[in-house]
Amino acid sequence: MNFDENMLRSVIEEVLKEMGSASTAPAAKAAAPSASTLSAGEMSLADTGEAAKGVAPDEVVIGLAPAFGVYQHETIIHQPHSKVLREIIAGIEEEGMKWRLIRVFRTSDVSFIAHDAAEYSGSGIGIGIQSKGTTVIHQKDLPPLSNLELFSQAPLIEMDTFRQIGKNAAKYAKGEAPTPVTVRNDQMARPTYQAIAALLHIKETEHCDRNKKPQAVTVSFK
Amino acid sequence: MKSKRFEALAARPVNQDGYVQEWPEVGLIAMNSPFDPKPSIKIEGGKIVEMDGKTRADFDMLDTFIADHAIRLGNAEKAMAMDSLEIARKIVDINVSRDEILDITLSVTPAKLTEIVGKLTIVEIMMGMTKMRARLMPANQCHVTNVKDNPIQIAADAAEAAVRGFAEMETTVGIARYAPFNAMALFVGAQAGRPGIMTQCALEEATELQLGMRGFTTYAETISVYGTEPVFMDGDDTPYSKAFLASCYASRGLKMRFTSGTGSEVQMGYAEGKSMLYLEARCLAVTKGAGVQGTQNGSVSCVGVPAGVPGGIRAIAAENLIAMLLDLESTTSNDQTFTHSDLRRVARSVPQLFSGTDYICSGYSATPNYDNMFAGSNWDADDYDDWNIIQRDMRIDGGLQPVKEDDVIKARNKAARALQGMFRELGLPPITDEEVEAATYARGSQDMPDRNVNEDLKAIEAMMARKVTGVDFVKALDKAGFPDVAQNIYNMLRQKVAGDYLHTASIFDKDFHVYSGVNAPNDYHGPMTGYQLSEERWEQIKNIPNAIRPEDI
Repeated sequence: MNFDENMLRSVIEEVLKEMGSASTAPAAKAAAPSASTLSAGEMSLADTGEAAKGVAPDEVVIGLAPAFGVYQHETIIHQPHSKVLREIIAGIEEEGMKWRLIRVFRTSDVSFIAHDAAEYSGSGIGIGIQSKGTTVIHQKDLPPLSNLELFSQAPLIEMDTFRQIGKNAAKYAKGEAPTPVTVRNDQMARPTYQAIAALLHIKETEHCDRNKKPQAVTVSFK
Repeated sequence: MKSKRFEALAARPVNQDGYVQEWPEVGLIAMNSPFDPKPSIKIEGGKIVEMDGKTRADFDMLDTFIADHAIRLGNAEKAMAMDSLEIARKIVDINVSRDEILDITLSVTPAKLTEIVGKLTIVEIMMGMTKMRARLMPANQCHVTNVKDNPIQIAADAAEAAVRGFAEMETTVGIARYAPFNAMALFVGAQAGRPGIMTQCALEEATELQLGMRGFTTYAETISVYGTEPVFMDGDDTPYSKAFLASCYASRGLKMRFTSGTGSEVQMGYAEGKSMLYLEARCLAVTKGAGVQGTQNGSVSCVGVPAGVPGGIRAIAAENLIAMLLDLESTTSNDQTFTHSDLRRVARSVPQLFSGTDYICSGYSATPNYDNMFAGSNWDADDYDDWNIIQRDMRIDGGLQPVKEDDVIKARNKAARALQGMFRELGLPPITDEEVEAATYARGSQDMPDRNVNEDLKAIEAMMARKVTGVDFVKALDKAGFPDVAQNIYNMLRQKVAGDYLHTASIFDKDFHVYSGVNAPNDYHGPMTGYQLSEERWEQIKNIPNAIRPEDI
């Protein structure tokens, strides 16, 4: 199904209405990313202290890698982090679920980031995302290096895939068994991107802090 | 105005590859980094107390493992005191034997090995490979996979690859639960094509070991080691746990090798500011220390990283040479896709192909790359004739030979029918005559009818639950009217009891004789020594079917 902006806005408004003010997720203070007020590429993220473990069964926690949106601002194929995050959030909201952001500092490994997010998530479902765009949907009872869905080839993840990732994560959180998001495979992604991926990952890993617990993050889209 | 020439150059495949500049401080450098440790050793009371500038108190778990298990102490102080340049020169000196070199290189530290090969040009590295490779004759390994995990196609592709000359074959899966079928199909297809080929299925480590123990495979390769502690720990592993896994294989008479390669640590962001080659030297020392007979190295799946920095392809050849300097079986990658450029991909393979290594590719894709489930190989089935003609041009043995279409069709058909019969006898979902026919003539999975995947997966689960083993394959094949294939499978299973193929760098001929670094050692010491093409082998290589015969005109 394709959503145009107006349809998306009405869906989000409807969802918001349903949720009313019951949204207690501490970090989700940000204005809902209604498509009308957002210009792509603009967002500000703020750490607001140690993240709390959620109890709401209807939330999905998105775990950001240390540099996401702060030291790096776009994925390996130059997709702005603001748009990426907005798509994931919109995907979650389309399914009528809540979202919360945390930033993981102890590692830059996307599997562990996603697993941390899942552990902090009231539903047990988390999404982990690296600055370069590599993304994982995780469930807290799985081993960290396993996953529900893995999007390992960052150069092949387009905007609609991020939306689908948000939707599927929300569906898992609702206890559904969605069809995994279709992933593209291109053996020529390695020659073009592997060395650059290493460079971006090094720059991500530089901002790790092994002793720092996940931080709650607020986002405002400009 | 834009230059038309620059426009044309920008459109060339080579300019679709990604390149980055060096950044030595974080380890984004192939070799010869100013931040690599200086070689050193101090031994007290029969124990290494200082290595490569670190005292034992500062050792991480890799240092401890290497110091305790990987270095021969008897000659260590003497070897470490030798000038690295002098050792490098000995490597290319035909008057210094392979054994003399090993006396030195098995007694030195990772930093010393890195420093030694850092003195060599690419041609000198190739000279070193020619002399230091463990086995006398080179060989080759292939990948046999497809996007549908279609077992009939795997069997047929394996049989064709056998006729073409590969000594080892590796499969893996798209859907993990398909692994037992892929492994069985590869085993049967290979033995239908040419007796004595070793086969493996690359999987998560516990499953891979289980398939080996149950006789679905005859060797293993994808046991990864890394050059820094954090990367090891990211995989919940240590050198000790890997050594334990290695001993599990040995105890069941299964050949195995470790795998490692330049670029993996920096790819994972934990290179600790050391060059890719130094970290790979540590991996190889861990491999040696674990008592493993060999390694698959040469960057492997991280090849895009060294290939993106200056001197990276030289570093890949250098890391292969370090494996040989540690007397390890050297299975030299040349597998994963790293470039859009046909020129670059040939140049990347020149050192291993022209020098000859124990397994030049690990592996060469025996299918078109669209079916390669290792994310594409540097060489694929569409390149078979290029490879054969390069062998013919250079008068080298790259492990393959030209084949006749009839022979290939016959082998593919026999393998598909054998698997059909075996499936029937084992009560597995039937293989239709239509599938056999399609596999016989297929180029790839686009030519194969779809199978009922859920039926297959259900049957696999039931088959594994009823503890089917390789012995059941033998019985089923015999009953199905393929006694020769049954005999070959049986003979391969028997090798696990004999254990001769656990020696360094083993291969089998069609009569199940083992050739390894022990009974067929490389004795190269200059022109007209070492491996020489026999007249018979040269006839095989040079007689491509499309060469015009003078007498026909």
